[in-house]
Amino acid sequence: MGKNYTASKLSIDKLELIANDIRQDIIKSLEEAGSGHSAGPLGLADIFSALYFDILKHDPENPNWEERDILLLSNGHCVPVQYAAMANAGYFPKDELKTLRKFKSRLQGHPEREKLPGLENTSGPLGCGLSQAAGISLSMKMDKVSHRWIYTVMGDGELNEGNIWEAAMLCSKYNLHNIIGIVDRNNIQIDGTTEHVMPLEDLKAKWESFGWHVIDIDGNDIEAVIDACSMARAIVEKPIVIIAHTVPGKGVDYMEYDYHWHGMPVGLSDVAGAPPKNEQAKVALKELRTLRGKIRNEHE
Amino acid sequence: MKDLHLLDIENWGSEPTRKGFGRGLVKAGEVNKQVVALCADLTGSVQIAPFAEKFPERYVEVGIAEQNLVTVASGMAKMGKIPFTASYAAFSPGRNWEQIKTTAALNNQPVKIIGAHAGLYTGPDGATHQMLEDVALMRVMPNMVVIVPGDSVEAEKATIAMANDPRPNYLRLARDKSPVMTTDKTPFEIGKAYVFSPGQDLTIIANGTMTSVAMEAAEKLFKDGIDAEVIHCPTVKPLDGATILTSVKKTKKVITIEEAQISGGLGGAVSELLGENLPVPIKRMGIKDEYGQSGTPEELLNHYGLTVKNVMVNAHTLCESK
Ligand SMILES: Cc1ncc(C[n+]2csc(CCOP(=O)(O)OP(=O)(O)O)c2C)c(N)n1
Ligand SMILES: [Mg+2]
Repeated sequence: MGKNYTASKLSIDKLELIANDIRQDIIKSLEEAGSGHSAGPLGLADIFSALYFDILKHDPENPNWEERDILLLSNGHCVPVQYAAMANAGYFPKDELKTLRKFKSRLQGHPEREKLPGLENTSGPLGCGLSQAAGISLSMKMDKVSHRWIYTVMGDGELNEGNIWEAAMLCSKYNLHNIIGIVDRNNIQIDGTTEHVMPLEDLKAKWESFGWHVIDIDGNDIEAVIDACSMARAIVEKPIVIIAHTVPGKGVDYMEYDYHWHGMPVGLSDVAGAPPKNEQAKVALKELRTLRGKIRNEHE
Repeated sequence: MKDLHLLDIENWGSEPTRKGFGRGLVKAGEVNKQVVALCADLTGSVQIAPFAEKFPERYVEVGIAEQNLVTVASGMAKMGKIPFTASYAAFSPGRNWEQIKTTAALNNQPVKIIGAHAGLYTGPDGATHQMLEDVALMRVMPNMVVIVPGDSVEAEKATIAMANDPRPNYLRLARDKSPVMTTDKTPFEIGKAYVFSPGQDLTIIANGTMTSVAMEAAEKLFKDGIDAEVIHCPTVKPLDGATILTSVKKTKKVITIEEAQISGGLGGAVSELLGENLPVPIKRMGIKDEYGQSGTPEELLNHYGLTVKNVMVNAHTLCESK
C-alpha cells in the first residue's frame, strides 16, 4: 500500500521550509557539479515542495506503486529541483545529490528514467512531456483507470515547440481532463526574456483557444499551487493547465529575474551584479538560511 | 607534413570547434550579403552571436523550434539567401530530420545545418544531449554534404567553404575545447581527405576531435616500430575514396576512429568503400551501439575507449595478426 501525502497534510509553513531546503540543495548540488541550470529549478522549488509533499499520490519506498499519480518533467534541464525534492521525500539518500552530473551517477544531467527509480520519463530535449501525458491518459482511459492524475511541468520557453501545441489539440480532442499541465511562467529562456525571444502572450487566451481550462496563479505561493491543483482535479470538462508565475532564481537575490542564470551554476561566471565567483554559493546559501529563519518566525 | 602546414604536437593549441564556426560565419557574412543566420534560442553557445551582433538585420531568432528553424531557412534559400541554421546536433538534425530531408535536401536548397554540442565532448549534460547518431543520419540523405572538422581552425574554413557551396551541408561541432593541429595555411576543401601523417604499415582514418588522437597514436606507434599513415577525413560525404584507396592499397590494414556511432558514420562509410573495392582487415573505433552519459569529456572518452592507448592496442593487433 502506498503512502498518500494528501491524507496527512503538512502545514504551509512546513512546506515552505521544505522548499527552502530544496533551494539549498539545488545550490549545493550545482556548485558540486560545476555545470547545470540554476534559475528554473530555484523558481520551481515551491511547486516541487507542494507536489512531492502534498499534491502527488506517491510512495518513495515503492516508486512503481500502481495507484500513484504520474509526474512528468518536460523541461528536463530543471531536474535539479526534482532530484532535490525526491531526496528530501526519501527516494534516495540526500548525500547522493553530490553526484549530480558526474560520471556513473544516477542523477544524470538531464533525467533518465532507467537510471533512477521514481523518474517517469527521460527528457531534456524540450517539448515532449505533454504528448507523453496524452499517451498515458489515453491508455488509462482505455483501461478504465480513474483517479490517477498526470502532472506535467513545462517551461514557458519550451512552449515555443510545436510539439506542445500538437499535444494540446489532442488532449482537448479526447478531453483528457486527468492531465494537469503546469507551465513555469518565469518569463526567461536562454537568449533572453520570453517576450523578446518568441512572444507568448496572450498565453491564457492561447491555451483557452486550444480548448483548455486555464488557472493563473503565483507559482511561488505554495497554498495557491495546492489550491489550483485541487480545483484542477475537480474539473472534468477540459484538460487543465496552470500558468504558474514564478520568479526565476527565486530566493537568491543576485539571480532573481536575470536570464543569465538560466544555464549557469554558482561559482563559475561573472554575471553582472553577482558576488565574486568563489563567494556565490556562500552568499546564496546564507540568504536562503536567512529566509528560512523568517519563515520560522512568521509562523511562530 | 610540410605542405599541409600542420603544427607539431608540442605546439598544438586548444579551442572548441564551435568557436571556429563563429569566426567563419562572420567572415562569410562580410564577403557575401546573402549569408543569413537563424538560431533556436542557443545564440551564444552555438556561436551565432558574433554574426548576430555584427549583422542584426540578417539574423532571425525562431525560438525553441527546430522544425521551424530549417523549414524557414529553406524558404529563405529559395529566395537566394544562404541560410546558416544552428542548434545542438541533438535537436537539429536530431529532431527535424524529415524537414531537412524534404525541404533542404530533396528540395535541393543550400540550407546549412550546424549541429553544435555533438558527441561526448558535451560532457555532463548526458545522453540526451550527446548526439552520436548525427553523422549516420545525415550521411544517408541524398544531396547532403557532411563535414566533421578536425579542429576550430578547420571549422572556420569549412564554414566559409559551405557559404560558397551550392548544396545543403551539415557541419558537426563540439562544445568543449579540443586540440588545434592545423593553421591558416592548412588546405581545406569540401570532399577532400588529407594525409596528415604518411606511413606504410597501417591506415588510420579519423575526423573531428579524434584526428588529434590518431596523430598522437601514430607518433607513439612509430617508436614501437609501426609506421602508421593518418588520413584526416573531415568530409564524410562525399567521401574522398581516391585518397583512402591509395593509402589502403599500400598498408592493407585500417583503423577508423570517430566520436560517433560506429554504424553508419565514418567507419561505416569507409567499410562500404573498402568492402566493395578493396576488402582488408578493418577495426572501427567509435561508440558501439549505446548511449552516452554524464561525465567529463575525458572520463567519457576513456570509458568508451576513444583513447591514444586503444588506437595503439588495435594497431598492434592488426599489424601482428598477419
Ligand atoms: C528541443 C530542444 N531545443 C533546445 C534546447 C536547449 N534548451 C535547453 S533549456 C532552453 C530554454 C528553455 O526555456 P524555458 O523552458 O523557459 O526554461 P527556463 O529557462 O525558464 O528554465 C533551451 C533552448 C533543448 N533542451 N531542447
Ligand atoms: Mg522560462
